[in-house]
Amino acid sequence: MKNSVKGAKRARRAEWLTSLPTLAWLGLFIVVPTVLVFVIAFRPANPYGGIGAGWTLDTIRSLWTPSYLAIAWRTLWISLLTTVICLVLAVPTGYSIARASAKWRNRLLMLVIIPFWTSFLVRVFAWKSLLHPDGLIKKALEALGLAGPETTLLYNPAAVVLVMVYTFLPFTILPIYAAAEKFDFRLVEAARDLGARPFQAFRRVFLPGIRRGLLTAFLVVFIPALGSYIIPDLVGGPSGEMLGNKIAQRVFTDRNLPHASALSAVLVLAVLAPLIAVLALQRKTKKSDIIMGEAP
Amino acid sequence: MRRSRFPLVVTTLVLAFFYLPILILVVNSFNPARFSSRWQGFSLVWYARLFESPEIWQALRNTLIIAVSVTAVSVVLGTAAAFALHRYAASRLQRVHYTLIYTPLVVPEILMGISLLMFFVAAGVPLGLFTIFLAHVTFCASYVAMTVLGRLQDFDFSMIEAARDLGASSWQSARKVLIPMLMPGIVAGALLAFTLSIDDFVITFFVAGPGSTTLPLRIYSMIKFGAPPMINALSTLLLAVTLTAVIASQRLRNRRKDAGNPGT
Repeated sequence: MKNSVKGAKRARRAEWLTSLPTLAWLGLFIVVPTVLVFVIAFRPANPYGGIGAGWTLDTIRSLWTPSYLAIAWRTLWISLLTTVICLVLAVPTGYSIARASAKWRNRLLMLVIIPFWTSFLVRVFAWKSLLHPDGLIKKALEALGLAGPETTLLYNPAAVVLVMVYTFLPFTILPIYAAAEKFDFRLVEAARDLGARPFQAFRRVFLPGIRRGLLTAFLVVFIPALGSYIIPDLVGGPSGEMLGNKIAQRVFTDRNLPHASALSAVLVLAVLAPLIAVLALQRKTKKSDIIMGEAP
Repeated sequence: MRRSRFPLVVTTLVLAFFYLPILILVVNSFNPARFSSRWQGFSLVWYARLFESPEIWQALRNTLIIAVSVTAVSVVLGTAAAFALHRYAASRLQRVHYTLIYTPLVVPEILMGISLLMFFVAAGVPLGLFTIFLAHVTFCASYVAMTVLGRLQDFDFSMIEAARDLGASSWQSARKVLIPMLMPGIVAGALLAFTLSIDDFVITFFVAGPGSTTLPLRIYSMIKFGAPPMINALSTLLLAVTLTAVIASQRLRNRRKDAGNPGT
């Protein structure tokens, strides 16, 4: 009896010993800085690029202007469009990887994972040089008569969406593949036997079956897309600027930390909303999966 | 029943979409022309220029100093955290712990960058290599923890109990039984931390100070302010390094898997 109490005490101590380093580190470098962002948003800026004394609501109020609303709207639609395109491409890709033979499955997975490991800046740069007025795509389009010398492929929202799809697509394929791999494809065959057309079977049986994968894929693209900064900075130009660019400009160009904080606070809230929504949805689907008899 | 070819066609196109830009970039790094649309024969002129540039070497030095120290610290933090998360999974403390560890994986980088910048400014820590190191450990430790946690899932804790029954102290059983068994996971986590640290741009950009330029910061200013052909050469070298790392870690994982299931 006494021994087990001692054992429990020792386990407790071992738990704290192994958890405390990360708890302390992340508390100091994640929790405290996040709280600080919300606090600084209500402090005035001082003329030396620092944080002034006292409290103010002016910064928050100044966000409600047409130029910021336009940026917020653009951030939202670019992120949504990117997510939708990624999902549309990732579903058939994840499906074919899941249905490939074991040997091919590993090869295809490897091919999807490799670009995900290569330098992010390098991938963005590769597209910047392709879309450049002297780049290969522009020259090819001109040769085909599809673009005139004045057509610009770079520095617009379309270029931002293209490069964002390029960098986020691998992250979307992996969760969809993971869900498709667990999916029982006999269900699709059964639907076909019962007279469903291929597309119907796909839409009404396969897609609901990989719902959890779709939700995860949605999150891993949409959230980082909302916070995009490098891609719009390098290929977006002024007409492709997003919230992330504004935050960076407030920090590096005007050195107005309270303003940057207020914008970041908005971004934190924008990120939390879909995160909480999807987590709630996933909890719900988990329950209905059990009802449907799928392995959790 | 005949399956539709459509998914296969999309998959092929997606893979072409992934690899063509990278392939063109690699080919162009050997092209002496300033603009990529005209091929002027094979040349190593951009590589030569690259090796002559002192800024690149300085940036590489900074990057490696940071990456090595970040990897060392995040491996220790991440492995301990993974152990706690797995062993005491039922406790309430671990639920908080898990949420904290998970946060850096989902928060957009720019938010981590800006909040750390505010923190360092408020705390009066001068920006430089040290702040970059602190910032990188903050996200790398989480990736290590997740990787090691994956390995722990198929670790049999009765081994530890057996070691304890045979008279090993808890430290001895951890060092002689647990850590060797987890080694492939720890090494994979270390490789991941190292690559992430080397590659990070956004967070580094916010917390870097004068004189602490890393390779991605250097590449960024090269992209932003001209010098494209040299970036092609530098990118190709980086690709070669990461590919080697990926293949090495994959081999390691496969070997571990084979060793784990002698039946297959």
